[in-house]
Amino acid sequence: MNLVVCVKQVPDTTEVKIDPVTNTLIRQGVPSIVNPFDKNALETALQLKEQHGGRVTVISMGPPQAKDALKECLAMGADEAVLVSDRAFGGADTLATSYTLAAAIRKLGNYDIILCGKQAIDGDTAQVGPEMAEHLGIAQVTYVAKLTVEGAAVRVEREHDVGYEILEVQTPVLVSVVKAINEPRLPTVKGTMKANRAEIPLWGAGDLAVSEPRLGLKGSPTQVRKIFTPPQRTQGVVIQKETAREAVADLLQKLADAKIV
Amino acid sequence: MNFELTAEQQDIRKMVRDFAEKSVAPTAAERDEKELFPRDIFDAMGKLGILGLPYPEEYGGAGSDFVSYALAVEEISWVCGSTGIGLSVHVSLCAWPIFRYGTEEQKQKYLRPLAEGTKLGAFGLTEPNAGTDAGASATTAVKDGDSYVINGTKVFNTNGGEAEIEVIFAMTDKEKGLKGLSAFIVEKGTPGFTYGKKEIKMGIRSSVQRELIFENCRVPAANLLGKEGEGFKIAMSTLDGGRIGVAAQSVGIAQGALEEAVRYAKQRVQFGKPIATFQGVNFLLADMATQVEAARLLTHRAAYHKSNHLPYAKEAAMAKMFASDTAMSVTTNAVQIFGGYGFSREYPVERMMRDAKITQIYEGTNQAQRMVIAGSILK
Repeated sequence: MNLVVCVKQVPDTTEVKIDPVTNTLIRQGVPSIVNPFDKNALETALQLKEQHGGRVTVISMGPPQAKDALKECLAMGADEAVLVSDRAFGGADTLATSYTLAAAIRKLGNYDIILCGKQAIDGDTAQVGPEMAEHLGIAQVTYVAKLTVEGAAVRVEREHDVGYEILEVQTPVLVSVVKAINEPRLPTVKGTMKANRAEIPLWGAGDLAVSEPRLGLKGSPTQVRKIFTPPQRTQGVVIQKETAREAVADLLQKLADAKIV
Repeated sequence: MNFELTAEQQDIRKMVRDFAEKSVAPTAAERDEKELFPRDIFDAMGKLGILGLPYPEEYGGAGSDFVSYALAVEEISWVCGSTGIGLSVHVSLCAWPIFRYGTEEQKQKYLRPLAEGTKLGAFGLTEPNAGTDAGASATTAVKDGDSYVINGTKVFNTNGGEAEIEVIFAMTDKEKGLKGLSAFIVEKGTPGFTYGKKEIKMGIRSSVQRELIFENCRVPAANLLGKEGEGFKIAMSTLDGGRIGVAAQSVGIAQGALEEAVRYAKQRVQFGKPIATFQGVNFLLADMATQVEAARLLTHRAAYHKSNHLPYAKEAAMAKMFASDTAMSVTTNAVQIFGGYGFSREYPVERMMRDAKITQIYEGTNQAQRMVIAGSILK
């Protein structure tokens, strides 16, 4: 079974600060990590490989330093990694990113399941996975919390607000996973050493069958007009009194003081 | 001259740091409070290859080196000194003498499970009346046919009772004094081998030290490590390496305390300013940081010597002595910077200060290190 896992290198914080002048992310001094949901995707792939055999290839689009994220994936047990990187890809929105990654996956060739995290913790769009499936013309299932494989049939439980949707799809398929699917393993010493010695090929625009106007900023219809830090929500107040009557009286008083009633 | 760690060493350090933060740190305070030995953490370290870091793959190890091993001990001790010493004892004091002096059969039978981390190791030399003076050992081993019969008591045995494999020392010929000491591999569960009291301690409370009792304990002659009479040489060369582990543990404890102190000094406001802005505090931090850096360099150099088959007895003794004194002074100053909160169990620096004290004592007191260093430079 050929498994492809798409990963993104993201800043290690959910509280990314924004430069108020340029409206861009302040990345300086923020360490980079593998997007946590992508680690769940990799763990899913590694477990499938352990059960059914095959190969796990990890792919990432990003700047050259995204190699570190790929190295960590190799240390966890991925068989090979490819970095898709080129100045021409810079400024890509989700459409240009998914277009480029789809081209890279086509170049990899034979695949059964493409695994992604449900979303990246920096952009939080959850669009790149589904868009890749569209570019590749294959089935997709998002928000998967459980996955089993029997032959060419992939049985999944898809997370919903009200419960789980159980689906069966045929390979090739793109699956995006949620945190609940597993606990990603830690890299071993041997894996770390192997990853350190591994050569990670770098694919640029020239290596892919892509049309240049669809890459990077040029190929991105999304335009960011403004990025801002939302005002902090203040903590709520819990009114605890002996009786409901007293609590309601207190609440009404507070609302009156605030000139709401 | 090159002060950079190799890419592999840096990656291993990061890998162990991630493990330490995720799997060791969260329980450190509770394990200290309740004196809980974390067998689960050792099992996890075994699976990840940390327990066999410097040993060749043919013996179940990860095939890295002693610098990476020292980095691993430092990173673990940075969050938990107790777990750090258990790791150091396992790798340096139990697996190493088998790796260095063991027969091929002994390596396959004992080093492999130690390096793979399926079994835990310990080292028994100290006795009630034989501490620094190892030649005063009263434990005896008498050859009887195909086995040795061991009688005696060992104390303060780190990992004792948890370890499946012990390297212990006993007199095979009392007349010969130091040259009559021999080393043996003894398995947990061997008839006649039992455990006495478990020490209740000031620090490293999540590490376990027990008394080992040998009463007519019959050990196969095949478990003699090295030759009869080589025990003292084996013990001393093993402790030379162990000291690199203790030095690394000390650097880790000191680094942990330094980071806590820096963070606190930046947050704690008195007289309208963070206390870090006061010279009385920030000069202290500057001294602490310098001591930690010096201790780390001495430790890495000793580990580098060991990895590259250069003499390391003096280097290891210097590193152990300086790093453990550093751990004591840096943790004490960290408590000072925290003030009353530092003395409280609410913050981790008081645990670090309690953990630091033993590093000046075990695997050779710092006075014994001076004996080693003086002996080496006055040769």
